[in-house]
Amino acid sequence: MKHIVPATIIILSLLFVAGFLVLPLVVIFVEAFSKGWQAYAASFREGYAWSAIQLTLITAAIAVPANTFFGICAAWCIAKYRFWGRNVLITLIDLPLAISPVIAGLIFLLAFGQRSFLGSWLIDHNCKVIFAVPGIVLATVFVTLPFVARELIPLMVEQGSVEEEASLSLGANGWQTFWRVTMPNIKWGLLYGIIICNARAMGEFGAVSVVSGSIRGETNTIPLYIETLYASYATVPAFTMATLLAALGIITLVIKTGIEWKIKRDRKKASN
Amino acid sequence: MSIEIINVTKTFGNYTALNNVSLVIPDGKLVALLGPSGSGKTTLLRIIAGLDVFDANPKSDIRFKGKSVIGHRIAERQVGFVFQHYALFRHMNVYQNIAFGLKVRRGKNWMPRQQIRERVTELLHLIQLDNLERRYPDQLSGGQRQRVALARALAIEPQFLLLDEPFGALDAKVRQNLRRWLRQLHEQIKLTSVFVTHDQEEALELADEIVVLNQGKIEQEGTPDEVFHEPKSAFVMDFLGSVNLFHGRIEGASVIFDSKTAGHRPIFVRPHEIDLFPENPNTGGLPTKVRRVQLAGSIVKIELQDESQREIFVELSHEKYNVYNFGIGDTVFAVPQRTVVFAEYYSI
Repeated sequence: MKHIVPATIIILSLLFVAGFLVLPLVVIFVEAFSKGWQAYAASFREGYAWSAIQLTLITAAIAVPANTFFGICAAWCIAKYRFWGRNVLITLIDLPLAISPVIAGLIFLLAFGQRSFLGSWLIDHNCKVIFAVPGIVLATVFVTLPFVARELIPLMVEQGSVEEEASLSLGANGWQTFWRVTMPNIKWGLLYGIIICNARAMGEFGAVSVVSGSIRGETNTIPLYIETLYASYATVPAFTMATLLAALGIITLVIKTGIEWKIKRDRKKASN
Repeated sequence: MSIEIINVTKTFGNYTALNNVSLVIPDGKLVALLGPSGSGKTTLLRIIAGLDVFDANPKSDIRFKGKSVIGHRIAERQVGFVFQHYALFRHMNVYQNIAFGLKVRRGKNWMPRQQIRERVTELLHLIQLDNLERRYPDQLSGGQRQRVALARALAIEPQFLLLDEPFGALDAKVRQNLRRWLRQLHEQIKLTSVFVTHDQEEALELADEIVVLNQGKIEQEGTPDEVFHEPKSAFVMDFLGSVNLFHGRIEGASVIFDSKTAGHRPIFVRPHEIDLFPENPNTGGLPTKVRRVQLAGSIVKIELQDESQREIFVELSHEKYNVYNFGIGDTVFAVPQRTVVFAEYYSI
């Protein structure tokens, strides 16, 4: 009798996961391969597919390092120093999570669009931001800004700065202290933040869609390209592209689980 | 003349942690900075190390061996600092922790690997942890971590050794042993050392000199004997061991207990400097009732209560106690053997 309640809850949860996560994932692959291997492979040969993949990779290659750098700097300042505006900074870091990506896109549209002062000045100087690659990168950087910082702040606050002080007292300079003391202590949290940031950077749709203008072969990232394909009833190519993002998601989850397991094991070792 | 602290003040916002402190740490001595929490002792230690900066003032200075170190970074000061909770690098093993200060040396101070190994091995031997060099900090006991932290600080061949509450995080037994060990180590290497503590017993047992701090000021400095037997203020008297406070006046050799007439003063008496009598002696004792007798231990601790319900603590030798053998509720007369009266009033 006493097992009924937990058993029911577990079955319900599994059904929920199956219905809302596994089923859609399976559908993506089934649809992608519905016309066989050849059709699947052919979808990649289509010229715009490759440019979408390239653009997505370029965007992530800029956004992820930028936010990693920013995240480390912000977390360092917040954890190791007390300064005026510290709480404002903590709140601002969360801002991109709090507002809708579409609004984020609109902000950039308004700030860099033709009608804005800055936008028209940039266009006069032959620098196009909106409906071009820079706009996509900017929007992606904005949306993925919190991930690394949010992962590191609690970690670095908890660790404090006493090991850094010890390092300095032993004659190490700031650079040595960062690489030999700070970095090893935050590496797993940092990696975790980076892969989550990367997954979001590659998958971002809303903000990017507002600023990109979806010009095929020029400003289409994978998610935008999928939308364009699907809207023009090209089901197999659309789902083929979707398998890429799904695979990215699965790989991200596997790495994330691996890191979580590693952190847990380290903690366990530390508490023994 | 080893470390000179001259007119140093440190404020955090409205809070004054150190108020115009001047102090000289003599060469080769083991000096204790003793005080309650908030007395500024840790701040002073951190300022010496360069971990904190004192308030800018042309009259303030810190000198190492006669030379000002203002503006010198922590790394340049060459002081060994042992942190309160050791601050060992958790991702490095014992060997790597101790070698850290040598491995980060660059330029003309660069040290070849073989030389580092020799030095670390020597230090491991000194701290008696020869076989544990591959252990990580979380695999060590508190006492072992403390010794690794000490070896790590000594590895850089510091001019001075600074220790922040070195035994604070250890249990009583380990603390006793480590204290003795540190004392022996100091006699062996004769490195000028300063340690911070709030434990008067630790300071009395370990230090050559004690600096008593209170509310950012130095109350007294001197040898353990001096600060214990000749306290300059009521605060020092109270902080270094327990003390009883009476009111009255001293006439010749005897104490007149009287808190009613004008001109009475606070009189301080240590618990072991009170004698007890079953009958009121000629010199005049304070009538009290026995509340509690604690026989366990090397001395007998007796808790008394006088007519105005004030508690008085007395410590007697077992021999002396056995002569009278008071029971709880008995009336006894307390006679101070040695009293201390301060010009400045201070309430405890």
